[in-house]
Amino acid sequence: MKIAVLSGKGGTGKTFVAVNLASAIAKSIYLDCDVEEPNGHLFFTPQNIEKEEIKIKIPFVLSTLCDGSRKCVNFCRFNALAYVDRKLMVFEELCHSCGGCLLVCPNEAIKEKEKTIGVIQDGISEGVRVISGFLNPGEVSGIPIVKGIFDKIKADNEPVIVDCPPGSACMVMESIKEADYCLLVAEPTTFGVHNLAMVQELVKVFRKPFSIIINKVSDDKNPAKTYCLEQKLPIIAEITYQEEIGRISSDGLILVREKPDYELLFAQIYKSVLKELKR
Amino acid sequence: MKQLLILSGKGGTGKTTIAGAFIRLSKARGYADCDVDAPNLHLILKQEIEPKTRNFYGLAKASIETKKCIQCDLCLKHCRFEAVSVDGSGRYQIDLNSCEGCGVCAYICPAQAITLNDYIDGKLELFKSNDSVFSTAKLKMGSGTSGMLVSEVKKQLTPFKDNIDLAIIDGSPGIGCPVIASISGVDMVLIVAEPSLSGLSDMKRIITTARKFETPIAAIVNRFDSNLDITNLIEKYCRDEGILLLGKIPYDKQVIKAVNDGLTIVDVDCLAGREVEKVYFKTIEYLYSL
Repeated sequence: MKIAVLSGKGGTGKTFVAVNLASAIAKSIYLDCDVEEPNGHLFFTPQNIEKEEIKIKIPFVLSTLCDGSRKCVNFCRFNALAYVDRKLMVFEELCHSCGGCLLVCPNEAIKEKEKTIGVIQDGISEGVRVISGFLNPGEVSGIPIVKGIFDKIKADNEPVIVDCPPGSACMVMESIKEADYCLLVAEPTTFGVHNLAMVQELVKVFRKPFSIIINKVSDDKNPAKTYCLEQKLPIIAEITYQEEIGRISSDGLILVREKPDYELLFAQIYKSVLKELKR
Repeated sequence: MKQLLILSGKGGTGKTTIAGAFIRLSKARGYADCDVDAPNLHLILKQEIEPKTRNFYGLAKASIETKKCIQCDLCLKHCRFEAVSVDGSGRYQIDLNSCEGCGVCAYICPAQAITLNDYIDGKLELFKSNDSVFSTAKLKMGSGTSGMLVSEVKKQLTPFKDNIDLAIIDGSPGIGCPVIASISGVDMVLIVAEPSLSGLSDMKRIITTARKFETPIAAIVNRFDSNLDITNLIEKYCRDEGILLLGKIPYDKQVIKAVNDGLTIVDVDCLAGREVEKVYFKTIEYLYSL
């Protein structure tokens, strides 16, 4: 069973919710799919880490075989190849690794090499198995890393909590593809509402059952709650802003491990999700 | 046209809040929201005019004509994006969310059953009034072309570059393609850091990324008093790395209030707003000294 935690806007508390939810379940797996800015590992400080480098395929040219037909240049829709001064050049950062240039080359002058774009770390923190992806700075797409993260748990049956990247683009889609349930974390601001509306659209496109956690609730206006009530969206929990929570989280500590009373709150969220999934 | 880009690595550190305030303070004649998969700048900089809108065509998408398909399976075998699937009745189809439009399937198909078609991947908006130009966009859900759209958002400002001396650009979180696309060609990156362990880690990653493009970088700490220990670590990191720290903005409840009222924090009289103003002048001084 996989629960994805997402938000649209950054900084609403996705990692906070995902880390604490995973910690409140006796035996669970936490996946950090925010591979551009992975932070779950800072909280869990996992032990016994196994590392796996993630590689993509990039073309290279055997210049003695290239006859300058430019077939590959014309084929590549990503403009990753150019023929300049009688030499074929590859712009690695534009390449999508589709393999098209190899196919169209009449002289087999193009081969592929592997290029490392990041790493996956797989470790243990108390009862939680922690798997985090790290995209190397300067690399464009973390999609292969997210795919690699999900490959690691194919044979596992424990409940999985997926910490998604912010936004609503391809990286988020890749992270929620396999989810059975989505938890949308919203903050009570107009920014929060606007972005909540967007991710809600995304989970609807993928027909995922979902509910909303409103985080950092204060006694001020709560436009996120108003929006949920108006749109009849299910609110599964509201978490009140407290300086102490902010402090514990900003120090990289896990709330439910520091304050056992919060374990109840997150265990309850998990129970409610299970109940809804049974229906 | 000088271009100032605001980034953070981590989401929710206050990029848009700072960008909105800077735009107000500078009376910037050009500004843009490059956070195309969660744009918010328009919420605090309300426009009275109607935008010029146009569709954004990202990468093409493949489609299979079932009548022509001979079920040879070559497209499925060659697609590196797992975008081709066969349904229960043996019908081959393309998953538009996975297709990156490379054209390999169309090339390999012996029956010419596959074509590549233009695909609308988002919408661009341009608000042009007498004294300013605001470029923004909205990416289609789940799309993989955010970097291309970011470049388009920035390009919308170029026809006006002779009349704009300062353009302020609100960036997106992360370090991947939309961020890299937004950095290209700007004169300076201002990083809004947050004093948390996550914020510090993310700041280091965005600085490493921005440095690859040799763009001048400066930083500020937002809500610095919410964790003074980590603010100290950020200050030390900036010192060690030779990154100019232009100021620290305190936590202020008025900020959320202003946002919820659709205002920038310099539209209301508050502590954070006054500090942002100081940071603004320092930023401008640095930008024009480059």
